Amino acid sequence: MINQSLKQYSQMLANKEISSVELTQTFLNRIAKHNPSINAYIALDEAKTIAQAKAADNKIASGKAQALTGIPFAQKDIFCANGWKTTCGSKMLANFTAPYDAHVINQFDAVGAVNLGKTNMDEFAMGSSNETSYFGGVKNPWDFDRVPGGSSGGSAAAVAARLCAAATGTDTGGSIRQPASLCGFTGLKPTYGLVSRYGMIAFASSLDQAGPMAKSAEDCALMMNVMAGFDERDSTSLNHPKEDYTRSLEKMIGEQPLKGLRIGLPKEYFAEGLDAGVAKVVQDAIAQYKKLGATIVDISLPNTQLSIPVYYVLAPAEASSNLSRYDGVRYGHRAAEYDDLMDMYIKSRAEGFGAEVKRRILIGTYVLSAGYYDAYYLKAQQIRRLIAQDFTQAFKQCDVIMGPTAPSTAFKAGEKADDPVAMYLQDVYTIATNLAGLPGMSIPAGFSNGLPVGLQIMGNYFDEARMLDVAHAYQQVTDWHLAMPKGIE
Amino acid sequence: MMEWEVVIGLETHTQLKTNTKIFSGASTTYGAEPNTQACEVSIALPGVLPVLNKEAVECAIKFGLAIEAEIAPRSVFARKNYFYPDLPKGYQISQFELPVVGKGKLTIQVPASKNTEAYEKVINITRAHLEEDAGKSVHGAVEGMSGIDLNRAGTPLLEIVTEPDIRSAAEAVAYAKKLHELVQWIGICDGNMQEGSFRCDVNVSVRPKDTEILGTRREIKNLNSFKFMQQAIEYEAQWQIDTLEDGGKIQQATVLFNPDTGETKAMRSKEEANDYRYFPDPDLLPLEVTEADKARVQANMPELPQALQAKFMIEYQLSSYDANALTASKSLADYFVSTVQAGAEAKPAANWILGALSAKLNAEDKTVLQSPVSARLLAALLERVRDNTISNNAAKQVFEALWAGEGEVDAIIEAKGLKQESDTGAIEAIIDEVLATNPAMVEEFKAGKEKAFNALVGQCMKASKGKANPAQVNEILKKKLNS
Repeated sequence: MINQSLKQYSQMLANKEISSVELTQTFLNRIAKHNPSINAYIALDEAKTIAQAKAADNKIASGKAQALTGIPFAQKDIFCANGWKTTCGSKMLANFTAPYDAHVINQFDAVGAVNLGKTNMDEFAMGSSNETSYFGGVKNPWDFDRVPGGSSGGSAAAVAARLCAAATGTDTGGSIRQPASLCGFTGLKPTYGLVSRYGMIAFASSLDQAGPMAKSAEDCALMMNVMAGFDERDSTSLNHPKEDYTRSLEKMIGEQPLKGLRIGLPKEYFAEGLDAGVAKVVQDAIAQYKKLGATIVDISLPNTQLSIPVYYVLAPAEASSNLSRYDGVRYGHRAAEYDDLMDMYIKSRAEGFGAEVKRRILIGTYVLSAGYYDAYYLKAQQIRRLIAQDFTQAFKQCDVIMGPTAPSTAFKAGEKADDPVAMYLQDVYTIATNLAGLPGMSIPAGFSNGLPVGLQIMGNYFDEARMLDVAHAYQQVTDWHLAMPKGIE
Repeated sequence: MMEWEVVIGLETHTQLKTNTKIFSGASTTYGAEPNTQACEVSIALPGVLPVLNKEAVECAIKFGLAIEAEIAPRSVFARKNYFYPDLPKGYQISQFELPVVGKGKLTIQVPASKNTEAYEKVINITRAHLEEDAGKSVHGAVEGMSGIDLNRAGTPLLEIVTEPDIRSAAEAVAYAKKLHELVQWIGICDGNMQEGSFRCDVNVSVRPKDTEILGTRREIKNLNSFKFMQQAIEYEAQWQIDTLEDGGKIQQATVLFNPDTGETKAMRSKEEANDYRYFPDPDLLPLEVTEADKARVQANMPELPQALQAKFMIEYQLSSYDANALTASKSLADYFVSTVQAGAEAKPAANWILGALSAKLNAEDKTVLQSPVSARLLAALLERVRDNTISNNAAKQVFEALWAGEGEVDAIIEAKGLKQESDTGAIEAIIDEVLATNPAMVEEFKAGKEKAFNALVGQCMKASKGKANPAQVNEILKKKLNS
């Protein structure tokens, strides 16, 4: 009941083998049992959730069921959901109840999906371990001493511990893919602009992108069918024709379904800094892809090493401005006592934001300051274009690019908490696709010392369907994506 | 003593007459209850995004076309970051490096003064860019507290910036008035200065006459009346000259004008020590304006004042002065054209509109749109003057009656008995009577005193109770005296 695919849940609901209320209650019971130790969810509202499940059962009964009707999902707490506490993992918004729905929430509601609750995350999505959350860290279900990755750590743990059918996440520099790698499931960051950002609390607007976090590529494809689509409320939303992301999954069977596929392996992704155990798993996965008919092409993404410094100029620059609205004036945290307006700003923000958020606001303010703008912000924008050009060149030689998602498996809680740069290096393989606006995904490819390892698949703009096919083909001949951590049955 | 030159540049915020805000669907109607026109975008809830209002872009294009400016095929919205309670996002979306409207020009008419004759001057416009307005702080609505009203937050503004081409308070006011007329003429701004729809910041510096280097400027913020602008600039310029002549230095500063004292005063330096950290807004795509967009807006543009002025001079043979005065506002020009189209001759129509009508409107603080005398009524009145039914003097009485709403022209003439006597026999009889009763005057005239003739005409008019056609009286009287 807890390890089925979304398609199987749909069939069970359609065949009346189970009701949405029963399925939802199953997950709510699991949440009640496991969440106190894992801390994946930070907002639950059983009455709201069950009401949605009942509505879904009515929808199914009246023959109006759609693909995901009645299936319970976890929503990252970065999405505003009407009537739900929406905190973005921050003390600043600990008392904020959203009065409107994000586009992503609208889309799930429209098909009659059920919202199980809001998941924990690094504060304002700034972090790679979920340790910056005001609501405490999240346990990696594979090893409670270790972090689940971040920033979508709550959604990641919820998917891995089977505390939901699937979850949503957002990815600014790797926040869907790195947790997917560390927790052993499938996560997709779509092409920038494919999923509307409306109602998704901004971290770095030019990089933020929502996507699915689920057990399999097929699940991600079904979720993409719901999440993707033009939204006039987001000016950066792309007017790309609606696609069925499941359309060619079923062709991924038989001998060598990937015959003709050219997989690029960037040499920079297999260089110093990559854990040997992770490298081994990734190489084994590549070998499996050869068996599926793909050919391997050695490529280079020469500006890879610049992606972290560029990202840590641009993302904080945008964040420093995006987070200015949290001033204690209209909503959110306001200091209890203050002398005057300036004092209210200073105290409210000093109290409301955590250390990592403050660090990035400071960096961002600095790089945008008069006299530094050209040297930092403008220069970083120029290099960002070079990084995008690396990919344009690479995709002349190959169809997809593969490599590790993260340089290591899940690390211990507290291990990198005092070393921001070591933490930032977690995203060394994922950040470049955000800078280029390209889609990227992570799929479970095996284990190293008992911890999951993700294989990253990067594609060209709007090539999500092909990437999902490529992932699905692998998942037809492997079962890493079905592996469950012990102790959560 | 050193002669000084005042150098002035203006930045004008014109509120655009759109139905909804520049980046959201909230209404822009003035005067609603606080925060009733503040949607989730206006109050900057977490997660909201701006979407550009196309109507605001059209207003900007219209303005660009009206001042013959370059309209940027691609312009960029930028964030201007600063904290203020009435600025909900902590940044204002504006345009910085790439504005939608580039260099243009505006010709102004500076009226005559004690020392100078009236003259025309071209003021170069540096740029005009789109941006959003902030909300308002409301003090004292709740005892001991300050409130924020975000109804205005997000209202579209076009900020219009001039080159430092202006050399006097009179020129600055002439420019501001001309701009004020223009933005209303092309229908992008309601021009309501009380409600803040048209606000000027004036940069003032002084330098020794015939030198090139600009002096340090001080910016007078938020002037919302032409009178205050005149006073503020005059005070500020004199203050700067006095300061320099006393051996002082001018510090760059933002100053406020106090209408009660007539003085300008620098704001605390803390309030201006801002680094706005401009950068392109990643939530908005660059604004693209195509030739087709421009053509579409052009097709809906009203005829501009300059063009209409030329047309009035050629088509209606009006003087440059009259043509200029009649194009002071679109409504006035429309009124003139309607009067002519209703059958009036152009010159008398111009005289009446710029004379009696304008005087009346000014006296009662009305715009021509509020005139109780319609263009049709004025044309009917002028027709009765032209066909000699009434005299010019009588026409003034009829005009007063029309203004008071007493009905149609002919009915008023009838009711007041103002019809002119044009029957030659009747006029001859009156003249004979006057000549018989005023032999002394007749003698004087015959002795060569021209004045006596006018006196006799006056007597005739009086005897006819003002109804005799003066031209006829003149003619017949002359004949009789010379016979």
